[in-house]
Amino acid sequence: MSSDETTVSGAEDRMAGVEPVPGVGKPDPVLVADGVRRSFGGLTAVDVEHLEVQRGTITALIGPNGAGKSTLFNLLTGFDRVDQGRWSFDGEAINGRRGHQVARSGMVRTFQLTKALTRMSVLDNMLLGAQRQYGERMAGALWRPGWRKQEAANTERAMALLERFRLLDKRDDMAGSLSGGQRKLLEMARSLMTEPDMIMLDEPMAGVNPALVQSLLGHITSLRDEGRTVLFVEHDMDVIMGISDWIVVLAQGRVIAEGRPSDIKSDKQVIDAYLGAQEDEAEAGEGDDG
Amino acid sequence: MDILTILAESARSAVGPVAAIYALAAVGLNLHFGYTGLLNFGQVGFMLVGAYGVGISVGVYGLPVLVGFAVSLACAVVLALLLGIPTLRLRSDYLAISTIATAEVLRYVYRAGFAEPLTNGVYGLQNLSAGFRSINPFESAERYGFGVFNFSGNHLWVMVATWSLVGLFALLTWMLMHSPWGRVIKGIREDEDAVRSLGKNVFAYKMQVLVLGGVIGALAGGMMAVHQAAINPDQFKPQVSFFLWAILLLGGAGRVLGPLIGSVVFWFLMNFTDGLLRALGSEGYLPFLSGPDFGAIQLAFVGLLLVLLIVFRPQGLIGDRKEMLINVK
Ligand SMILES: Nc1ncnc2c1ncn2[C@@H]1O[C@H](COP(=O)(O)OP(=O)(O)O)[C@@H](O)[C@H]1O
Ligand SMILES: [Mg+2]
Repeated sequence: MSSDETTVSGAEDRMAGVEPVPGVGKPDPVLVADGVRRSFGGLTAVDVEHLEVQRGTITALIGPNGAGKSTLFNLLTGFDRVDQGRWSFDGEAINGRRGHQVARSGMVRTFQLTKALTRMSVLDNMLLGAQRQYGERMAGALWRPGWRKQEAANTERAMALLERFRLLDKRDDMAGSLSGGQRKLLEMARSLMTEPDMIMLDEPMAGVNPALVQSLLGHITSLRDEGRTVLFVEHDMDVIMGISDWIVVLAQGRVIAEGRPSDIKSDKQVIDAYLGAQEDEAEAGEGDDG
Repeated sequence: MDILTILAESARSAVGPVAAIYALAAVGLNLHFGYTGLLNFGQVGFMLVGAYGVGISVGVYGLPVLVGFAVSLACAVVLALLLGIPTLRLRSDYLAISTIATAEVLRYVYRAGFAEPLTNGVYGLQNLSAGFRSINPFESAERYGFGVFNFSGNHLWVMVATWSLVGLFALLTWMLMHSPWGRVIKGIREDEDAVRSLGKNVFAYKMQVLVLGGVIGALAGGMMAVHQAAINPDQFKPQVSFFLWAILLLGGAGRVLGPLIGSVVFWFLMNFTDGLLRALGSEGYLPFLSGPDFGAIQLAFVGLLLVLLIVFRPQGLIGDRKEMLINVK
């Protein structure tokens, strides 16, 4: 427990002295985005002037439904094309890269609608996450001795992650037989197989039963404690306030506020734009998931 | 004609050259659709460029048959790239529409007047099997086999060559699908965005599969040319693609042996219905039907077979029902 506290305060230290204003600079940003804009027809879904994400923190991205959170995720990770804007990851410009290239550069994302590969085993799901596999090249695939060792090492790593995410006894089951919460866990574990520096989770807690929420939270915290950066979208205010080092509020595509949980709680604009509508939305959201 | 003769004759053709050629083309389609989920409704287009690759090389330029096959494969690669580059980044239905349209356009191009110097238009090409038969290890005039299962040396040679290719590519399929490469392919079938988010170049994988499956289809087309010794564009109508789909779904998509079993059973049933209709017709039991109607009834039968299959056995004869029933949502 004590080690947890030191790392939490460590993460908070890194945010010390950062002003809670939209677009504020961070001491050691891993992700820096400038003028990122995307519109669908006449609707401007995302219009972010400037956004930095501090390395090694848990940053929450919140905002009402339709605020553009998922669209921003899609843009940053190369799953959608921007109208304009540029962004860099770990000092390297990555705008214009396609989804798989972004993932290879160390920024991995999950999806709001879980994408477990249902007709594949849990273990195969995991192994897909491993990078630079010799056996994934068509010619290399036919030469089994060329990849058998690597496969064994990857399997070992996958087993360790499955153990950590309490899915080890499910390893031979089809992913489609898992519960919604287990699929979220699997998706998170699978993305860790890529050994990412930054992990972006789109509503990792949606539709997950309360018993699993606690364990998911624990996993997210431990990602940060391993030195990874977490950016996640979530609706549940208790969750957000509980584990975030920093919160970014999006409304109608714009960053309207950012700051520590305590700053956000008292921000008048946020309360108007978002927190006021929180109750209704939570209920509506639950209806959708059920 | 008695029923036993019809059964025996149907069984004979179920392992014959035609069944082998369709099995080979279906092995390619199995890679496309069965494993990767690529909707290729124009596998006949690959067979067409394959058949004409051999046909034009051998029949027009008098080149050795192996050169003809090399030309076939090259044409298939080009066709796959032309189909794949614009469509494989888009939603899967774009490939479906492009393949069915392209295959049909190809048929019209190959039969068109301006292509006549090469393809001889609607008359097609003849005398294509001399080279292939010159390396026939069997005696061409002799009959081989036992009982009703007897084939001429020429047919036997096509059968041996084609079934060997079927075996070879089925083995290749097995090896590929039991490797990390195959895992990526199956992942793409399930959800390509998930695979992309794990750092795999989905487009490149789909392209590889489209090329490989197309090349196998072209080989089947090449075998068709040397088997029949004559080809013409109208043999490559869309119904060939649909037969291949029926074969694949019948045998079991995404199963290594699905195309083999599918083709054998399919051609058994086709020949059996044909034989039965003819026998009944000649006995006067079908007064309202004449010879040409039998073909139409046969096609209706294929349609019925597909519907029944999808309703009662969506996984095919050797498919895995458990895998089919997994909640995909
Ligand atoms: N592919 C699309 N086509 C058209 N409109 C879209 C598309 N994706 C998102 N939008 C619109 O963009 C806005 C932002 O959506 P989204 O990013 O999903 O919001 P959030 O994740 O914050 O709930 C919404 O108004 C949504 O309807
Ligand atoms: Mg969303």
